Amino acid sequence: MAGLATVFGSGAMTNSIPEIENNDLLFVIGSNTKENHPIVALRMIKAVRKGAKLIIADPRKIPMVSFAHIWMQHRPGTDVVLLNSMMHVIAKEGLVDRSFIEEHTEDYDKFVKVLDDFTPETGEKITGVPKEKIIESARLYARSDKAGIYYTMGITQHSHGTDNVFSIANLALMTGNLGKEAAGVNPLRGQNNVQGSTDMGCSPDMYPGYQKVVIPAIRARFEKEWGVKLSEKAGLTAPEMIDASGGEFKALYVMGENPVMSDPDMAHTKKALNQLDFLVVQDIFMTETAELADVVFPAVSFAAKEGTFTNTERRVQRVRRAIISPGESKEDSWIIMQLSGRMGYEMKYSAMNEVFTEIGRMWPALAGINYTKINKTGVQWPCPTLDHPGTPYLFKGGFPRGKGRFTPVMYRESAELPDDEYPLLLTTGRQLFHYHTGTMTRKVKPLNTVAPEAYVEINPEDAKGLSIEEGSMVSVSSRRGEITLKAYVTERPLKGVVFIPFHYKEAAANALTNTAYDPVCRIPEFKVCAVKIKKA
Amino acid sequence: MMTLTIDNKRIEVPEGTSVLRAAKDNDIYIPTLCDDDRLEPYGGCRLCLVDIEGIPRPVTACTTPVTDGMVVKTTTSYIERLRRTVVELLLSDHPNDCMVCEKAGDCTLQELAYFYNLRDNRFRGERRQYTEKDGNPFIERNMEKCILCGKCVRVCEEVQGVAAIDIAYRGFNAKICPPFEKDLFCEFCGQCVSICPTGALSGKQWAGRGRQKDIKEIKTVCPYCGCGCNLILHVSRNEVIRVSSDPDTLNEGWLCPKGRFGYDFINDDYRLTTPLIKKDGKFEEVSWDEALDYVAGKFSEIKVKHGADAIGGLSSARCTNEENYLFQKFMRTAIGTNNVDHCARF
Repeated sequence: MAGLATVFGSGAMTNSIPEIENNDLLFVIGSNTKENHPIVALRMIKAVRKGAKLIIADPRKIPMVSFAHIWMQHRPGTDVVLLNSMMHVIAKEGLVDRSFIEEHTEDYDKFVKVLDDFTPETGEKITGVPKEKIIESARLYARSDKAGIYYTMGITQHSHGTDNVFSIANLALMTGNLGKEAAGVNPLRGQNNVQGSTDMGCSPDMYPGYQKVVIPAIRARFEKEWGVKLSEKAGLTAPEMIDASGGEFKALYVMGENPVMSDPDMAHTKKALNQLDFLVVQDIFMTETAELADVVFPAVSFAAKEGTFTNTERRVQRVRRAIISPGESKEDSWIIMQLSGRMGYEMKYSAMNEVFTEIGRMWPALAGINYTKINKTGVQWPCPTLDHPGTPYLFKGGFPRGKGRFTPVMYRESAELPDDEYPLLLTTGRQLFHYHTGTMTRKVKPLNTVAPEAYVEINPEDAKGLSIEEGSMVSVSSRRGEITLKAYVTERPLKGVVFIPFHYKEAAANALTNTAYDPVCRIPEFKVCAVKIKKA
Repeated sequence: MMTLTIDNKRIEVPEGTSVLRAAKDNDIYIPTLCDDDRLEPYGGCRLCLVDIEGIPRPVTACTTPVTDGMVVKTTTSYIERLRRTVVELLLSDHPNDCMVCEKAGDCTLQELAYFYNLRDNRFRGERRQYTEKDGNPFIERNMEKCILCGKCVRVCEEVQGVAAIDIAYRGFNAKICPPFEKDLFCEFCGQCVSICPTGALSGKQWAGRGRQKDIKEIKTVCPYCGCGCNLILHVSRNEVIRVSSDPDTLNEGWLCPKGRFGYDFINDDYRLTTPLIKKDGKFEEVSWDEALDYVAGKFSEIKVKHGADAIGGLSSARCTNEENYLFQKFMRTAIGTNNVDHCARF
């Protein structure tokens, strides 16, 4: 999100889900859409049925490939090269949108120079994608009137994830595919309310609404609303908290998260959490993280609470209570308010809509939304006034920061690449039938019946070289850990690449992954690390 | 725009609109079993037959595009006789076991039988027999209740892009099945279940858990990925027994296997139900007061000893906006630190 915020002044999907079917070109890079955003994928399929072209760039033969006109199977971690070489073709063949560049952007000349070295031949050499495909994709994208780019963690979970995002933004900027309906840059958010958590200021450097904590005037406004003096310095990010555990960092309060399973290098995470003086976990299940806690608070599920979620396209929608939660479990809001009161800071809200009103007071983008307005259909922010209908696509007529900025991006290799000792490249992700750390879906019998166990996807050529048979047990190890799981011999991954879903605690992919993270966003490199495989 | 008259009502519709859609949009009822706004017109069930001036025989409204000046009659005694016979024929090869059918009360075929008062059947005779083959854990197929409207086949191909099933054989032997009549093995999105007009397809999880009458329907949003699909939770006796979605939503009524079938965790036996404090390495159940006082005391103690920045909080993308707002407010006010983050990176 920081990447897009730097370029445009705002970091979110620029278009909305219903617009997807009106794209005349879709470029999907680093997103296994059919498995991870199944309903967005349906809109993409609809677009293709209506005549749109679909280009996919992914190291794996993901299900969406069967709908694609061009599939570029690039090596994990080489996205910058792939995108730069596409842009090389666009610049060289004069397919850029001159008037858009002049009117709405800055630093184009500085940026375009960098592309000189990224010929399609260089692109082919580094990414492994035939240059003809790179050229054809570049032309198709640039010549389309309404081209949408869709990406997820395949772009961001790299030690150079921000660079990847800059490259995507450059591609959209140079072709003027922004600020209009059904054309834009769309990071698909992977969790039901991850957009909302970010919007709400659960970030160490930002209050709700992306307002920086270090700016005195902003801080003063929040101090006035909340009636206390606030800290002047930005806080620690999640990976930094983990790293600081055992030192000056003493206590952690975790609400509805499972870092033991979701963070890279499980042994490192566990060790860090064990070194804390005090760990509080609030969840609906005894997660792998909760097991390490000093205190566990039982919370209620989504089905037993009132409030709102904000989906990937900035749409604020109502969540409603359907059942009474089991036992003595309580709403997260109740627990927070109780705790706050007992620490001397009273929070008094009689219902969740009062909290929402306060948010609208502090962040103009939500000021025009209330529970009545979204009773039937959600509204997309920004929505500054009550008579405002919401904003399906962003940047109509210009960018929040004034001009969209081109960022010259050079290729940096991933932090840990295969070598003689660890010859295979591991990439991780989700699959269709499970969700994230599996806390919820692995409790659902039918889902767990069709996807009961962990597996590693391995290319037949690699499997043959290692004498590994389909369905046999193998041990996969990296410099950080080792797990044992079933081999799934399939053409899906590129030769030299293996894939493991991270849902399974009994063979946790994150026991292997690398903690190297992006210097700007602090996103760990879940998508590339080096492993070796042997028969178990 | 085109102007037409349906049952003496003048209507304006955009070019390319079907007669059925024009009628529906103007609240004029034409019965149908195989039509769905979200699918291509099919013309399979023959129930939407209408009379159009200048055309000698009744035509299917779903596959007939509106032309300017068209005059349509949706009901005549002849058309009603045709429709009644179509339903009668369908029922002649149907188990008619509505009393124990999962779909009763929510079944288009049952509605039509009721509407045409079909108590007896002139076409009684041989009925199709199926061997059930449902090892899959999601979808129950009672194929003797299938009326071959083809909605499931079309949604699977047109919308889901999977094409896991098709119509095999011909005539009386025609049936809908996966390749080689094997058990279903697909993405298990359940789109087919949601669109089936009879009791032929239903969810295994909700079998015998309660029909429409006593169910409370609560509209909410899916707790899994970021698509933000609108869900309807069907609640009976304080339990979510089924999940569905309206066509008139962001997700057009479509869901994925997690959204449609992944709700059993809600009342799972392993849910945490009491606050726990670890004493000598083992969790002990305590009261809320004890747990909250203990945590508030510990945080305060650490704050005094090491400063507020020795404490941090991780919020959750599972939780609501309001809860996330309160969480960061708590960290920034009661604790006094900006050490607050969430799981966006993972």
